Amino acid sequence: MEKVVTGEKRVFMTGNEVVCRAALAAGAEIMYGYPITPQNEIMHYWTRLAPRFGRRFLQTEDELSAGFATLGGVLAGRKAFTATAGPGNVLMQEPLAMAEMMRLPVVSIVVQRGGPSTATVIYSQQEVTLTTFGGNGEGLRFVYSTASHQELYDYTIKAFNLAWRYRFPVFVLADGYQGKMREPLTIYDPESRGIHMEETDAYLGRHGIPGLDRPPGHFRNTYNTEEELYAVMQGHIAAFEQAAEEVSEYETEPADGGLLITGHGIVARAVQQAAVQLRSAGFPVGYFRPITLRPLPVGALRDTAARHRQILVVESAYGQLGRLLRDAIYGCPAEVHALCKPGMGVTAEEIAVRAKQLCAARED
Amino acid sequence: MAVEPVMPKSWRLESKPHKFCPGCGHGIALKALGLAIDELGIQDRTVFGCDIGCSLLAWDFFNMDTVQTHHGRTTPVIYGVKRANPELICIAYMGDGGGYAIGAQHLVNAAARNELITVVLVNNTQYAMTGGQMAPTTLPGQKTETTPYGRDVLTAGYPMRGPEMIAEITPDGAYVARGTVARSRQLGNMLVRALENQLSGRGFSFVEVLATCPTNWRTNAQQTWSFLENTVENYYPVGELKIPLSDPEEEM
Repeated sequence: MEKVVTGEKRVFMTGNEVVCRAALAAGAEIMYGYPITPQNEIMHYWTRLAPRFGRRFLQTEDELSAGFATLGGVLAGRKAFTATAGPGNVLMQEPLAMAEMMRLPVVSIVVQRGGPSTATVIYSQQEVTLTTFGGNGEGLRFVYSTASHQELYDYTIKAFNLAWRYRFPVFVLADGYQGKMREPLTIYDPESRGIHMEETDAYLGRHGIPGLDRPPGHFRNTYNTEEELYAVMQGHIAAFEQAAEEVSEYETEPADGGLLITGHGIVARAVQQAAVQLRSAGFPVGYFRPITLRPLPVGALRDTAARHRQILVVESAYGQLGRLLRDAIYGCPAEVHALCKPGMGVTAEEIAVRAKQLCAARED
Repeated sequence: MAVEPVMPKSWRLESKPHKFCPGCGHGIALKALGLAIDELGIQDRTVFGCDIGCSLLAWDFFNMDTVQTHHGRTTPVIYGVKRANPELICIAYMGDGGGYAIGAQHLVNAAARNELITVVLVNNTQYAMTGGQMAPTTLPGQKTETTPYGRDVLTAGYPMRGPEMIAEITPDGAYVARGTVARSRQLGNMLVRALENQLSGRGFSFVEVLATCPTNWRTNAQQTWSFLENTVENYYPVGELKIPLSDPEEEM
């Protein structure tokens, strides 16, 4: 296949274009999509660039069909992906539940918009619960929450690799700010950086006459008995837990005995900035940023949380990250506080104000 | 000595006898489909998708690569496969609820776009797997679990004539027919022509199969056959509704 990018290249582009370029560089062969703001430009760039590299596109009739057709693409053995947001992400959970049951390596890019319902086309972190645990299932999927355009590029490539390596659906969870704003980053050919790209293989339509040369590929997501389903789920859960050790990622800079500020995605940048500023001003403030929201880096999170007296969870949602973190650190004696701004951006300044209040209250 | 039934070569003997109820039309529909696949010699490159509802019981029916999907979603999975690997012959097999109700948007758009897939839709006039509720195809006056006094078209609406709709919205090149399990040879010919339409790359192909459901119709053998051949076929005329203007044989 012709190289989309040779060597390395410094660029300045929107996050949606970054996703498209990364998918091309990762060798994605077909995209199925349906328009919804703020992710449309992923499709716009894909429809312009993909034909040059022999890649395909289909605009479907809704997100249900975009998701299910992506499953079809994967079943045919292609690196296939889709992108969506908001109410589209709601519909996407039905096909993704099937991907979870059948362990299909589907890659979905979610560019979060305001919620609930139609809300805004702009920004939020309100699709965390949906993306990590959506569908009638157990949340057996990997969810990367990116914080920069460089990460959008890196983790989109990684998403394809991990999906095909572990055979779980993978989400790249971005947001409207990331999708629409421009940032500098380096795009590169993954192979030239020594990133091994996973091979794909077909579930359906392999060579030979089924039943004669080879067994037929019979793939289902329905089971007759509780025991049958339970056995399958035990296998899936064991595989997920094993992968979780290798897949989960985080960034942290602890401040022993002090305040730990946590946030994910683009909010984590404000969290990090606030922590650095406060620390240089003499406040005992550290930060923790989960990069994978599913599976969470539970071990590191528990260890880090235990070293602090207070935790501040900052998010552009009403406690969606907070619930995940509280569950993960259950039993930890640190007090947990929240700074929730559903559907609104969060600045380093307002985080610093709140953090100072918490530090002061602690001293009283 | 009992006579061994002739089974299509593409059937998987290990999963026979099949799981459908006695008197169910799916067995005949799937036999006609299997024979059509045998006749065309495409078993090794055919992908079979089945839906939710009784059609899911066909997930291990054939010696063919098969995927069982969600209710109504076999159409997008199958056109997703076809788009990703056009070499494959892709069949979406579903019931009337899957095609005309919960998955209607997929059927309509796949037909209008002229997707190169073959949809086989089994119409037994109600939701059978869930215990016999009204379907888009339930006849006026027909009793089901959700129309226990008979389907009143003023409150429950009118039945849907799928092939007529599909024939209307597809471009030239599509093949649309309605067959019945009461005439399996005619049904087989329709399925061959539908698959040929995909093989020749002419366009979308759609065959609705009128089928029996004695379990939910609560009919004996005679009543079952009579309801299908008289009442159902009277409301849903059997025949080819759309054939490509030129013969695919000539083009090939």
